[in-house]
Amino acid sequence: MAIDAATVRKVARLARIAEPEEKLESLAKELSGIMAWIEQLAEVDTDGVEPMTSAVAVALPLREDVVTEGGDPSKVLSNAPKSTGGFFVVPKVVE
Amino acid sequence: MSALTSLTLKAALKGLADKSFSSLELTRAHVDAVEAARPLNAFVLETPEKALEMAAAADRRIAAGEAGPLEGAPLGIKDLFCTEGVRTTACSDILGNFVPTYESTVTSQLWRDGAVMLGKLNLDQFAMGSSNETSAFGPVVNPWRAEGSNRQLTPGGSSGGSAASVAADLCLGATATDTGGSIRQPAAFTGTVGIKPTYGRCSRWGVVAFASSLDQAGPIAKTVEDAAILLKSMSGHDPKDSTSLDIEVPDYPSFVGKSVKGLKIGIPKEYRVDNMPPEIEALWQKGIAWLKEAGCEIVEVSLPHTKYALPAYYIVAPAEASSNLARYDGMRFGLRVEGANLTETYEKTRAAGFGAEVKRRILIGTYVLSHGYYDAYYVKALKVRRRIADDFDQAFQKVDALLTPTAPSAAFGLGENADDPVAMYLNDIFTVTVNLAGLPGMSIPAGVDHNGLPLGLQLIGRALDEGTLFSLGGAIEKAADFKAKPAKWW
Repeated sequence: MAIDAATVRKVARLARIAEPEEKLESLAKELSGIMAWIEQLAEVDTDGVEPMTSAVAVALPLREDVVTEGGDPSKVLSNAPKSTGGFFVVPKVVE
Repeated sequence: MSALTSLTLKAALKGLADKSFSSLELTRAHVDAVEAARPLNAFVLETPEKALEMAAAADRRIAAGEAGPLEGAPLGIKDLFCTEGVRTTACSDILGNFVPTYESTVTSQLWRDGAVMLGKLNLDQFAMGSSNETSAFGPVVNPWRAEGSNRQLTPGGSSGGSAASVAADLCLGATATDTGGSIRQPAAFTGTVGIKPTYGRCSRWGVVAFASSLDQAGPIAKTVEDAAILLKSMSGHDPKDSTSLDIEVPDYPSFVGKSVKGLKIGIPKEYRVDNMPPEIEALWQKGIAWLKEAGCEIVEVSLPHTKYALPAYYIVAPAEASSNLARYDGMRFGLRVEGANLTETYEKTRAAGFGAEVKRRILIGTYVLSHGYYDAYYVKALKVRRRIADDFDQAFQKVDALLTPTAPSAAFGLGENADDPVAMYLNDIFTVTVNLAGLPGMSIPAGVDHNGLPLGLQLIGRALDEGTLFSLGGAIEKAADFKAKPAKWW
Protein backbone atom coordinates (compact mmCIF):
# COMPACT_ATOMS: atom_id res chain seq x y z
CA MET A 1 0.00 0.00 0.00
CA ALA A 2 1.36 3.38 -0.99
CA ILE A 3 2.19 5.75 1.84
CA ASP A 4 1.36 9.40 1.15
CA ALA A 5 2.79 12.58 2.65
CA ALA A 6 -0.12 12.91 5.10
CA THR A 7 0.57 9.43 6.47
CA VAL A 8 4.26 10.24 6.89
CA ARG A 9 3.33 13.43 8.76
CA LYS A 10 1.08 11.41 11.08
CA VAL A 11 3.59 8.60 11.66
CA ALA A 12 6.45 11.06 12.26
CA ARG A 13 4.25 12.77 14.86
CA LEU A 14 3.54 9.43 16.56
CA ALA A 15 7.28 8.68 16.56
CA ARG A 16 8.07 12.17 17.88
CA ILE A 17 10.48 12.96 15.06
CA ALA A 18 10.22 16.43 13.50
CA GLU A 19 10.23 15.96 9.72
CA PRO A 20 10.13 19.19 7.68
CA GLU A 21 7.14 19.57 5.28
CA GLU A 22 9.43 19.66 2.24
CA LYS A 23 10.83 16.22 3.09
CA LEU A 24 7.47 14.45 3.46
CA GLU A 25 7.00 13.67 -0.26
CA SER A 26 10.43 12.11 -0.72
CA LEU A 27 10.08 10.15 2.53
CA ALA A 28 6.65 8.92 1.41
CA LYS A 29 8.17 7.64 -1.81
CA GLU A 30 11.02 5.93 0.00
CA LEU A 31 8.78 4.26 2.58
CA SER A 32 6.30 3.21 -0.12
CA GLY A 33 9.15 1.52 -1.97
CA ILE A 34 10.12 -0.45 1.12
CA MET A 35 6.51 -1.34 1.98
CA ALA A 36 5.84 -2.46 -1.61
CA TRP A 37 8.75 -4.88 -1.30
CA ILE A 38 7.40 -6.08 2.06
CA GLU A 39 3.95 -6.74 0.51
CA GLN A 40 5.21 -10.09 -0.84
CA LEU A 41 4.54 -11.50 2.64
CA ALA A 42 0.88 -11.65 1.62
CA GLU A 43 1.79 -14.65 -0.60
CA VAL A 44 2.62 -16.78 2.46
CA ASP A 45 -0.19 -18.98 3.75
CA THR A 46 -0.22 -18.31 7.48
CA ASP A 47 -3.68 -19.66 8.32
CA GLY A 48 -3.61 -21.24 11.74
CA VAL A 49 0.04 -20.30 12.34
CA GLU A 50 0.82 -19.10 15.84
CA PRO A 51 2.77 -15.78 15.76
CA MET A 52 6.38 -16.25 16.90
CA THR A 53 6.99 -13.68 19.59
CA SER A 54 10.23 -15.02 21.02
CA ALA A 55 13.35 -16.54 19.49
CA VAL A 56 13.56 -19.29 22.11
CA ALA A 57 10.60 -20.95 23.72
CA VAL A 58 11.31 -20.33 27.38
CA ALA A 59 9.03 -19.03 30.08
CA LEU A 60 10.04 -15.68 31.48
CA PRO A 61 11.83 -16.20 34.78
CA LEU A 62 10.48 -14.58 37.93
CA ARG A 63 12.60 -13.09 40.66
CA GLU A 64 12.01 -11.86 44.18
CA ASP A 65 10.34 -8.45 44.15
CA VAL A 66 13.12 -6.73 46.10
CA VAL A 67 15.41 -3.79 45.50
CA THR A 68 18.62 -5.06 43.89
CA GLU A 69 20.56 -1.88 43.44
CA GLY A 70 20.01 1.83 43.65
CA GLY A 71 20.38 4.63 46.14
CA ASP A 72 22.89 6.51 44.05
CA PRO A 73 21.18 9.53 42.50
CA SER A 74 24.48 11.02 41.32
CA LYS A 75 25.04 7.98 39.09
CA VAL A 76 21.49 8.14 37.78
CA LEU A 77 21.81 11.84 36.98
CA SER A 78 25.38 11.76 35.67
CA ASN A 79 24.29 11.82 32.02
CA ALA A 80 21.29 14.13 32.40
CA PRO A 81 21.15 17.03 29.92
CA LYS A 82 19.87 19.17 32.82
CA SER A 83 19.55 18.40 36.52
CA THR A 84 19.31 20.23 39.80
CA GLY A 85 19.09 19.25 43.46
CA GLY A 86 18.96 15.54 42.70
CA PHE A 87 16.22 15.86 40.05
CA PHE A 88 16.03 15.77 36.27
CA VAL A 89 15.01 19.15 34.87
CA VAL A 90 12.46 18.76 32.08
CA PRO A 91 10.29 21.18 30.10
CA LYS A 92 7.08 22.33 31.76
CA VAL A 93 4.37 19.68 31.28
CA VAL A 94 1.43 21.11 33.23
CA GLU A 95 0.41 24.73 32.65
CA MET B 1 55.73 -4.55 16.55
CA SER B 2 54.29 -6.37 13.56
CA ALA B 3 55.45 -9.71 14.92
CA LEU B 4 53.31 -9.33 18.04
CA THR B 5 50.25 -7.91 16.28
CA SER B 6 50.24 -10.65 13.65
CA LEU B 7 49.80 -13.34 16.31
CA THR B 8 46.53 -15.16 16.71
CA LEU B 9 44.81 -14.84 20.08
CA LYS B 10 45.71 -18.44 20.85
CA ALA B 11 49.40 -17.89 20.03
CA ALA B 12 49.48 -14.63 21.99
CA LEU B 13 47.97 -16.29 25.06
CA LYS B 14 50.60 -19.00 24.82
CA GLY B 15 53.39 -16.41 24.49
CA LEU B 16 52.07 -14.60 27.56
CA ALA B 17 51.82 -17.81 29.55
CA ASP B 18 55.37 -18.81 28.49
CA LYS B 19 56.56 -15.29 29.41
CA SER B 20 57.98 -14.86 25.88
CA PHE B 21 56.64 -11.31 26.11
CA SER B 22 54.57 -9.32 28.58
CA SER B 23 51.04 -8.04 28.18
CA LEU B 24 52.50 -4.55 28.36
CA GLU B 25 54.69 -5.28 25.29
CA LEU B 26 51.83 -6.98 23.48
CA THR B 27 49.40 -4.19 24.32
CA ARG B 28 51.89 -1.43 23.42
CA ALA B 29 52.33 -3.03 19.98
CA HIS B 30 48.58 -3.01 19.46
CA VAL B 31 48.16 0.54 20.78
CA ASP B 32 50.76 1.67 18.23
CA ALA B 33 49.02 -0.29 15.47
CA VAL B 34 45.67 1.32 16.36
CA GLU B 35 47.22 4.78 16.26
CA ALA B 36 48.90 4.11 12.91
CA ALA B 37 45.64 2.82 11.43
CA ARG B 38 43.50 5.94 11.89
CA PRO B 39 42.85 6.19 8.13
CA LEU B 40 40.69 3.04 8.56
CA ASN B 41 38.41 4.90 11.01
CA ALA B 42 37.84 1.61 12.83
CA PHE B 43 38.09 3.06 16.34
CA VAL B 44 35.78 5.86 17.47
CA LEU B 45 37.53 6.07 20.84
CA GLU B 46 41.05 4.91 21.64
CA THR B 47 41.75 4.15 25.30
CA PRO B 48 45.54 3.62 25.31
CA GLU B 49 46.04 4.64 28.94
CA LYS B 50 43.34 2.28 30.14
CA ALA B 51 44.82 -0.46 27.93
CA LEU B 52 48.31 -0.08 29.39
CA GLU B 53 46.91 0.01 32.93
CA MET B 54 44.92 -3.17 32.31
CA ALA B 55 47.98 -4.77 30.71
CA ALA B 56 50.15 -3.97 33.72
CA ALA B 57 47.52 -5.49 36.01
CA ALA B 58 47.39 -8.57 33.76
CA ASP B 59 51.16 -8.94 33.95
CA ARG B 60 50.93 -8.86 37.73
CA ARG B 61 48.29 -11.59 37.70
CA ILE B 62 50.37 -13.71 35.30
CA ALA B 63 53.40 -13.31 37.56
CA ALA B 64 51.29 -14.32 40.55
CA GLY B 65 50.02 -17.41 38.74
CA GLU B 66 46.46 -16.08 38.73
CA ALA B 67 46.00 -15.68 34.98
CA GLY B 68 42.49 -15.89 33.55
CA PRO B 69 41.68 -17.54 30.20
CA LEU B 70 42.16 -14.23 28.29
CA GLU B 71 44.81 -12.76 30.57
CA GLY B 72 46.66 -9.88 28.94
CA ALA B 73 45.01 -10.12 25.50
CA PRO B 74 44.16 -6.74 23.91
CA LEU B 75 40.67 -6.63 22.37
CA GLY B 76 38.48 -4.07 20.62
CA ILE B 77 34.92 -3.40 21.84
CA LYS B 78 32.08 -2.50 19.50
CA ASP B 79 30.72 0.86 20.65
CA LEU B 80 27.33 -0.74 21.29
CA PHE B 81 28.54 -2.34 24.54
CA CYS B 82 28.29 -0.07 27.56
CA THR B 83 31.67 0.36 29.21
CA GLU B 84 31.81 1.91 32.66
CA GLY B 85 33.40 5.34 32.60
CA VAL B 86 34.16 5.07 28.87
CA ARG B 87 32.00 6.94 26.35
CA THR B 88 29.48 4.73 24.56
CA THR B 89 27.61 6.18 21.57
CA ALA B 90 26.14 3.43 19.35
CA CYS B 91 27.74 5.77 16.77
CA SER B 92 24.72 8.05 16.99
CA ASP B 93 24.61 11.76 17.83
CA ILE B 94 21.64 11.15 20.09
CA LEU B 95 23.85 9.45 22.69
CA GLY B 96 26.30 12.33 22.37
CA ASN B 97 28.78 12.05 25.20
CA PHE B 98 26.97 9.28 27.09
CA VAL B 99 29.31 7.79 29.70
CA PRO B 100 27.79 4.65 31.23
CA THR B 101 27.98 4.18 34.98
CA TYR B 102 27.83 0.42 34.47
CA GLU B 103 29.52 -2.29 32.42
CA SER B 104 27.74 -4.62 29.98
CA THR B 105 27.68 -8.23 31.15
CA VAL B 106 29.58 -9.48 28.08
CA THR B 107 32.45 -7.02 28.47
CA SER B 108 32.55 -7.51 32.25
CA GLN B 109 33.13 -11.23 31.60
CA LEU B 110 35.99 -10.43 29.23
CA TRP B 111 37.66 -8.25 31.90
CA ARG B 112 36.93 -10.94 34.51
CA ASP B 113 38.93 -13.32 32.31
CA GLY B 114 41.83 -10.89 32.02
CA ALA B 115 41.33 -9.20 28.63
CA VAL B 116 42.61 -5.69 27.92
CA MET B 117 40.48 -2.98 26.25
CA LEU B 118 42.09 -1.03 23.39
CA GLY B 119 39.08 1.18 22.72
CA LYS B 120 35.62 1.42 21.18
CA LEU B 121 34.92 0.33 17.63
CA ASN B 122 32.92 2.02 14.90
CA LEU B 123 29.59 0.58 13.70
CA ASP B 124 26.52 1.48 11.72
CA GLN B 125 24.42 3.79 13.85
CA PHE B 126 22.47 1.66 16.38
CA ALA B 127 23.75 -1.34 14.37
CA MET B 128 21.35 -0.42 11.56
CA GLY B 129 23.19 -0.90 8.30
CA SER B 130 25.27 -3.29 6.22
CA SER B 131 28.13 -1.02 5.14
CA ASN B 132 29.09 1.10 8.18
CA GLU B 133 27.97 4.17 6.25
CA THR B 134 25.23 5.12 8.73
CA SER B 135 27.76 5.79 11.53
CA ALA B 136 27.75 9.35 12.87
CA PHE B 137 31.56 9.08 12.86
CA GLY B 138 31.73 8.27 9.13
CA PRO B 139 32.31 4.82 7.65
CA VAL B 140 35.09 2.39 8.46
CA VAL B 141 37.30 1.72 5.45
CA ASN B 142 37.98 -1.93 4.68
CA PRO B 143 41.71 -2.73 4.98
CA TRP B 144 41.22 -4.90 1.88
CA ARG B 145 41.38 -3.33 -1.56
CA ALA B 146 40.77 -4.89 -4.96
CA GLU B 147 44.04 -5.79 -6.68
CA GLY B 148 45.43 -2.78 -8.54
CA SER B 149 42.76 -0.42 -7.18
CA ASN B 150 42.74 2.38 -4.62
CA ARG B 151 38.97 2.47 -4.32
CA GLN B 152 37.73 2.50 -0.75
CA LEU B 153 35.59 -0.53 0.08
CA THR B 154 33.11 -1.12 2.87
CA PRO B 155 34.10 -3.54 5.64
CA GLY B 156 30.41 -4.47 5.85
CA GLY B 157 28.14 -3.71 8.75
CA SER B 158 27.08 -3.20 11.26
CA SER B 159 30.20 -4.55 13.03
CA GLY B 160 32.51 -2.94 10.45
CA GLY B 161 34.96 -1.55 13.00
CA SER B 162 35.22 -4.94 14.71
CA ALA B 163 35.88 -6.79 11.44
CA ALA B 164 38.29 -4.20 10.01
CA SER B 165 40.36 -3.96 13.20
CA VAL B 166 40.74 -7.74 13.43
CA ALA B 167 41.61 -8.02 9.71
CA ALA B 168 44.19 -5.23 10.01
CA ASP B 169 45.83 -6.79 13.10
CA LEU B 170 44.85 -3.88 15.35
CA CYS B 171 43.49 -6.22 18.03
CA LEU B 172 43.55 -9.95 18.77
CA GLY B 173 39.76 -10.15 18.60
CA ALA B 174 36.71 -7.96 18.94
CA THR B 175 33.21 -8.02 20.33
CA ALA B 176 30.40 -7.60 17.83
CA THR B 177 26.63 -7.96 17.65
CA ASP B 178 24.35 -9.51 15.05
CA THR B 179 20.68 -8.63 14.52
CA GLY B 180 20.38 -9.62 10.84
CA GLY B 181 23.92 -10.53 9.85
CA SER B 182 26.03 -7.81 11.48
CA ILE B 183 28.74 -10.21 12.68
CA ARG B 184 28.82 -12.62 9.75
CA GLN B 185 28.63 -10.29 6.73
CA PRO B 186 31.51 -8.02 7.92
CA ALA B 187 33.54 -11.14 8.79
CA ALA B 188 33.02 -12.39 5.23
CA PHE B 189 33.99 -8.99 3.75
CA THR B 190 37.26 -8.85 5.72
CA GLY B 191 38.55 -12.44 5.73
CA THR B 192 37.83 -12.94 9.43
CA VAL B 193 35.82 -15.47 11.46
CA GLY B 194 32.56 -14.36 13.07
CA ILE B 195 30.00 -16.32 15.05
CA LYS B 196 26.54 -15.34 16.19
CA PRO B 197 25.62 -17.84 18.89
CA THR B 198 22.15 -19.14 19.69
CA TYR B 199 19.81 -16.39 20.89
CA GLY B 200 20.16 -16.23 24.66
CA ARG B 201 23.76 -17.48 24.88
CA CYS B 202 25.23 -14.02 25.45
CA SER B 203 23.56 -11.58 27.79
CA ARG B 204 22.07 -8.50 26.15
CA TRP B 205 22.37 -6.54 29.39
CA GLY B 206 24.28 -3.32 28.80
CA VAL B 207 24.24 -3.70 25.02
CA VAL B 208 22.43 -0.80 23.35
CA ALA B 209 19.19 -2.36 22.12
CA PHE B 210 18.15 -2.43 18.46
CA ALA B 211 15.67 -5.31 18.03
CA SER B 212 15.55 -7.27 21.27
CA SER B 213 14.18 -10.57 19.94
CA LEU B 214 16.96 -10.71 17.32
CA ASP B 215 20.01 -8.99 18.89
CA GLN B 216 22.81 -11.30 19.92
CA ALA B 217 26.46 -10.66 20.75
CA GLY B 218 29.39 -12.70 19.48
CA PRO B 219 33.07 -12.40 18.60
CA ILE B 220 34.96 -11.55 15.42
CA ALA B 221 38.37 -13.22 15.42
CA LYS B 222 41.33 -14.24 13.28
CA THR B 223 40.71 -18.00 13.50
CA VAL B 224 37.93 -20.44 14.37
CA GLU B 225 39.75 -21.41 17.56
CA ASP B 226 40.16 -17.76 18.60
CA ALA B 227 36.42 -17.27 18.08
CA ALA B 228 35.76 -20.31 20.29
CA ILE B 229 38.02 -18.95 23.06
CA LEU B 230 36.28 -15.56 22.97
CA LEU B 231 32.73 -16.93 22.79
CA LYS B 232 33.39 -19.10 25.82
CA SER B 233 34.20 -16.00 27.87
CA MET B 234 31.33 -13.95 26.45
CA SER B 235 28.61 -16.59 27.00
CA GLY B 236 26.73 -17.61 30.10
CA HIS B 237 23.60 -17.05 32.09
CA ASP B 238 22.83 -13.57 33.36
CA PRO B 239 19.82 -12.96 35.62
CA LYS B 240 19.80 -9.33 34.42
CA ASP B 241 18.66 -10.44 30.94
CA SER B 242 15.34 -12.30 31.13
CA THR B 243 16.05 -14.03 27.78
CA SER B 244 19.49 -15.23 28.86
CA LEU B 245 19.64 -19.03 28.82
CA ASP B 246 20.40 -20.76 32.10
CA ILE B 247 22.37 -23.55 30.43
CA GLU B 248 25.98 -24.55 30.93
CA VAL B 249 28.45 -23.13 28.40
CA PRO B 250 30.35 -25.94 26.68
CA ASP B 251 34.14 -25.77 26.34
CA TYR B 252 33.96 -24.38 22.79
CA PRO B 253 37.72 -24.50 22.02
CA SER B 254 37.71 -28.28 22.60
CA PHE B 255 35.40 -28.70 19.60
CA VAL B 256 37.90 -27.19 17.15
CA GLY B 257 39.86 -29.96 15.44
CA LYS B 258 37.33 -32.67 16.32
CA SER B 259 36.50 -35.06 13.49
CA VAL B 260 33.42 -34.17 11.49
CA LYS B 261 33.20 -37.62 9.92
CA GLY B 262 29.65 -38.84 9.53
CA LEU B 263 28.01 -35.45 10.08
CA LYS B 264 25.16 -34.69 7.71
CA ILE B 265 25.39 -31.29 6.03
CA GLY B 266 22.32 -29.73 4.43
CA ILE B 267 22.60 -27.58 1.32
CA PRO B 268 19.46 -25.41 1.14
CA LYS B 269 18.46 -25.13 -2.49
CA GLU B 270 16.64 -21.83 -1.92
CA TYR B 271 19.98 -20.12 -1.19
CA ARG B 272 20.88 -20.42 -4.88
CA VAL B 273 19.51 -16.95 -5.66
CA ASP B 274 19.17 -15.11 -8.98
CA ASN B 275 22.14 -13.00 -10.04
CA MET B 276 24.47 -14.66 -7.55
CA PRO B 277 28.03 -14.17 -8.82
CA PRO B 278 29.42 -17.44 -10.24
CA GLU B 279 32.39 -17.09 -7.90
CA ILE B 280 30.14 -17.37 -4.86
CA GLU B 281 28.51 -20.48 -6.29
CA ALA B 282 31.95 -21.92 -7.05
CA LEU B 283 33.12 -21.24 -3.50
CA TRP B 284 30.02 -22.94 -2.14
CA GLN B 285 30.79 -26.03 -4.26
CA LYS B 286 34.35 -25.99 -2.93
CA GLY B 287 33.03 -25.89 0.63
CA ILE B 288 30.79 -28.88 -0.14
CA ALA B 289 33.79 -30.77 -1.56
CA TRP B 290 35.94 -29.95 1.50
CA LEU B 291 33.32 -31.24 3.91
CA LYS B 292 32.80 -34.37 1.79
CA GLU B 293 36.52 -35.02 1.92
CA ALA B 294 36.41 -34.61 5.69
CA GLY B 295 33.84 -37.39 5.80
CA CYS B 296 30.55 -35.46 5.91
CA GLU B 297 27.49 -36.58 4.06
CA ILE B 298 25.94 -33.88 1.86
CA VAL B 299 22.13 -33.70 1.70
CA GLU B 300 20.03 -31.26 -0.31
CA VAL B 301 17.38 -29.66 1.88
CA SER B 302 14.59 -27.18 1.32
CA LEU B 303 13.85 -24.05 3.36
CA PRO B 304 10.84 -22.93 1.34
CA HIS B 305 10.18 -19.63 3.13
CA THR B 306 13.70 -18.26 2.73
CA LYS B 307 12.72 -15.50 0.32
CA TYR B 308 10.26 -14.08 2.85
CA ALA B 309 12.83 -13.75 5.63
CA LEU B 310 14.09 -10.29 4.68
CA PRO B 311 10.67 -8.67 4.27
CA ALA B 312 9.55 -10.25 7.57
CA TYR B 313 12.72 -8.95 9.20
CA TYR B 314 12.03 -5.44 7.91
CA ILE B 315 8.79 -5.47 9.85
CA VAL B 316 9.92 -7.21 13.03
CA ALA B 317 13.23 -5.35 13.46
CA PRO B 318 11.92 -1.81 12.82
CA ALA B 319 8.86 -2.50 15.02
CA GLU B 320 11.08 -3.51 17.93
CA ALA B 321 13.48 -0.65 17.18
CA SER B 322 10.73 1.96 17.19
CA SER B 323 9.75 0.77 20.64
CA ASN B 324 13.32 0.41 21.99
CA LEU B 325 14.43 3.78 20.67
CA ALA B 326 11.51 5.59 22.28
CA ARG B 327 13.79 5.98 25.31
CA TYR B 328 15.86 8.62 23.49
CA ASP B 329 13.68 11.53 24.49
CA GLY B 330 16.32 14.04 25.59
CA MET B 331 15.23 13.98 29.22
CA ARG B 332 17.50 11.63 31.17
CA PHE B 333 20.63 11.22 29.04
CA GLY B 334 22.05 12.07 25.65
CA LEU B 335 21.21 14.96 23.37
CA ARG B 336 18.48 17.51 24.13
CA VAL B 337 17.35 20.17 21.67
CA GLU B 338 15.00 22.59 23.42
CA GLY B 339 11.63 23.37 21.82
CA ALA B 340 8.69 25.58 22.76
CA ASN B 341 7.10 22.76 24.76
CA LEU B 342 7.70 19.14 25.76
CA THR B 343 6.46 17.57 22.51
CA GLU B 344 8.50 19.94 20.40
CA THR B 345 11.57 19.19 22.52
CA TYR B 346 11.08 15.46 21.90
CA GLU B 347 10.59 16.01 18.18
CA LYS B 348 13.55 18.33 17.71
CA THR B 349 15.86 16.19 19.84
CA ARG B 350 15.03 13.03 17.90
CA ALA B 351 15.18 14.79 14.52
CA ALA B 352 18.65 16.14 15.30
CA GLY B 353 20.01 13.07 17.06
CA PHE B 354 19.01 10.14 14.85
CA GLY B 355 20.58 9.53 11.44
CA ALA B 356 18.54 9.06 8.27
CA GLU B 357 18.50 5.23 8.30
CA VAL B 358 17.53 5.10 11.97
CA LYS B 359 14.65 7.54 11.34
CA ARG B 360 13.56 5.51 8.32
CA ARG B 361 13.36 2.37 10.45
CA ILE B 362 11.60 4.09 13.34
CA LEU B 363 9.01 5.43 10.89
CA ILE B 364 8.47 1.99 9.32
CA GLY B 365 8.23 0.44 12.77
CA THR B 366 5.77 3.03 13.99
CA TYR B 367 3.72 2.60 10.82
CA VAL B 368 3.47 -1.20 11.00
CA LEU B 369 2.53 -1.03 14.68
CA SER B 370 -0.02 1.74 14.23
CA HIS B 371 -3.75 1.30 14.54
CA GLY B 372 -5.24 -0.59 11.61
CA TYR B 373 -1.95 -2.03 10.35
CA TYR B 374 -0.82 -4.06 13.34
CA ASP B 375 -2.47 -7.32 12.27
CA ALA B 376 -1.83 -6.87 8.56
CA TYR B 377 1.90 -6.25 8.96
CA TYR B 378 3.28 -7.01 12.40
CA VAL B 379 1.28 -10.12 13.29
CA LYS B 380 1.63 -11.37 9.71
CA ALA B 381 5.42 -11.00 9.95
CA LEU B 382 5.48 -12.92 13.25
CA LYS B 383 3.54 -15.74 11.59
CA VAL B 384 5.97 -15.80 8.68
CA ARG B 385 8.78 -15.85 11.23
CA ARG B 386 7.27 -19.02 12.69
CA ARG B 387 7.15 -20.57 9.18
CA ILE B 388 10.84 -19.78 8.73
CA ALA B 389 11.74 -21.32 12.09
CA ASP B 390 9.64 -24.41 11.21
CA ASP B 391 11.59 -24.78 7.94
CA PHE B 392 14.79 -25.03 9.96
CA ASP B 393 13.23 -27.47 12.44
CA GLN B 394 12.32 -29.78 9.59
CA ALA B 395 15.74 -29.50 7.96
CA PHE B 396 17.47 -30.27 11.26
CA GLN B 397 15.54 -33.52 11.54
CA LYS B 398 17.59 -34.68 8.56
CA VAL B 399 20.92 -32.88 8.93
CA ASP B 400 23.35 -31.70 11.63
CA ALA B 401 24.24 -28.34 10.10
CA LEU B 402 23.71 -26.27 6.97
CA LEU B 403 26.33 -24.81 4.62
CA THR B 404 25.63 -21.64 2.62
CA PRO B 405 27.51 -18.60 1.34
CA THR B 406 27.64 -15.79 3.93
CA ALA B 407 26.91 -12.86 1.63
CA PRO B 408 25.80 -12.53 -2.00
CA SER B 409 28.93 -10.57 -2.99
CA ALA B 410 32.41 -9.57 -1.89
CA ALA B 411 32.95 -6.15 -0.26
CA PHE B 412 31.52 -3.34 -2.40
CA GLY B 413 32.61 0.27 -2.77
CA LEU B 414 31.68 2.86 -0.16
CA GLY B 415 28.74 4.83 -1.55
CA GLU B 416 27.81 2.14 -4.05
CA ASN B 417 24.46 1.07 -2.55
CA ALA B 418 23.72 4.27 -0.67
CA ASP B 419 20.71 5.42 -2.72
CA ASP B 420 18.63 2.26 -2.58
CA PRO B 421 17.64 1.00 0.89
CA VAL B 422 16.20 -2.27 -0.43
CA ALA B 423 19.39 -3.07 -2.41
CA MET B 424 21.36 -2.52 0.81
CA TYR B 425 18.98 -4.74 2.79
CA LEU B 426 19.56 -7.61 0.32
CA ASN B 427 23.11 -7.97 1.68
CA ASP B 428 21.64 -9.89 4.59
CA ILE B 429 19.69 -12.36 2.46
CA PHE B 430 21.68 -15.42 3.64
CA THR B 431 22.19 -14.34 7.24
CA VAL B 432 18.86 -12.90 8.40
CA THR B 433 16.97 -16.22 8.48
CA VAL B 434 19.25 -17.36 11.29
CA ASN B 435 18.34 -14.39 13.50
CA LEU B 436 14.63 -14.90 12.93
CA ALA B 437 14.94 -18.53 14.03
CA GLY B 438 17.35 -17.75 16.90
CA LEU B 439 19.97 -20.23 15.62
CA PRO B 440 23.78 -20.08 15.73
CA GLY B 441 25.58 -19.08 12.52
CA MET B 442 29.26 -18.71 11.72
CA SER B 443 31.18 -17.18 8.82
CA ILE B 444 34.57 -18.62 7.88
CA PRO B 445 36.91 -17.07 5.28
CA ALA B 446 37.12 -19.58 2.46
CA GLY B 447 38.71 -17.92 -0.57
CA VAL B 448 39.15 -14.77 -2.61
CA ASP B 449 37.33 -13.49 -5.68
CA HIS B 450 38.91 -12.41 -9.01
CA ASN B 451 39.88 -9.08 -7.40
CA GLY B 452 41.65 -10.79 -4.51
CA LEU B 453 38.85 -9.87 -2.07
CA PRO B 454 37.84 -12.34 0.66
CA LEU B 455 34.67 -14.43 0.53
CA GLY B 456 33.04 -16.32 3.38
CA LEU B 457 31.06 -19.50 3.85
CA GLN B 458 28.34 -19.72 6.49
CA LEU B 459 27.54 -22.65 8.75
CA ILE B 460 24.15 -22.75 10.47
CA GLY B 461 23.59 -25.04 13.43
CA ARG B 462 20.84 -26.37 15.64
CA ALA B 463 19.91 -24.22 18.60
CA LEU B 464 22.64 -24.49 21.28
CA ASP B 465 24.88 -26.52 19.00
CA GLU B 466 27.73 -24.02 18.53
CA GLY B 467 30.11 -26.90 19.27
CA THR B 468 29.35 -28.65 15.96
CA LEU B 469 29.85 -25.33 14.15
CA PHE B 470 33.29 -24.96 15.71
CA SER B 471 34.22 -28.49 14.56
CA LEU B 472 32.92 -27.92 11.04
CA GLY B 473 34.37 -24.39 10.92
CA GLY B 474 37.73 -25.81 11.91
CA ALA B 475 37.48 -28.37 9.10
CA ILE B 476 36.65 -25.69 6.52
CA GLU B 477 39.41 -23.44 7.83
CA LYS B 478 41.93 -26.27 7.50
CA ALA B 479 40.82 -27.22 4.00
CA ALA B 480 40.55 -23.64 2.73
CA ASP B 481 43.98 -22.77 4.17
CA PHE B 482 43.06 -19.09 3.85
CA LYS B 483 46.31 -17.20 4.38
CA ALA B 484 45.68 -13.97 2.43
CA LYS B 485 46.08 -10.70 4.32
CA PRO B 486 45.27 -7.18 3.18
CA ALA B 487 48.33 -5.31 1.87
CA LYS B 488 49.08 -2.50 4.33
CA TRP B 489 48.28 0.89 2.73
CA TRP B 490 47.25 2.83 5.85
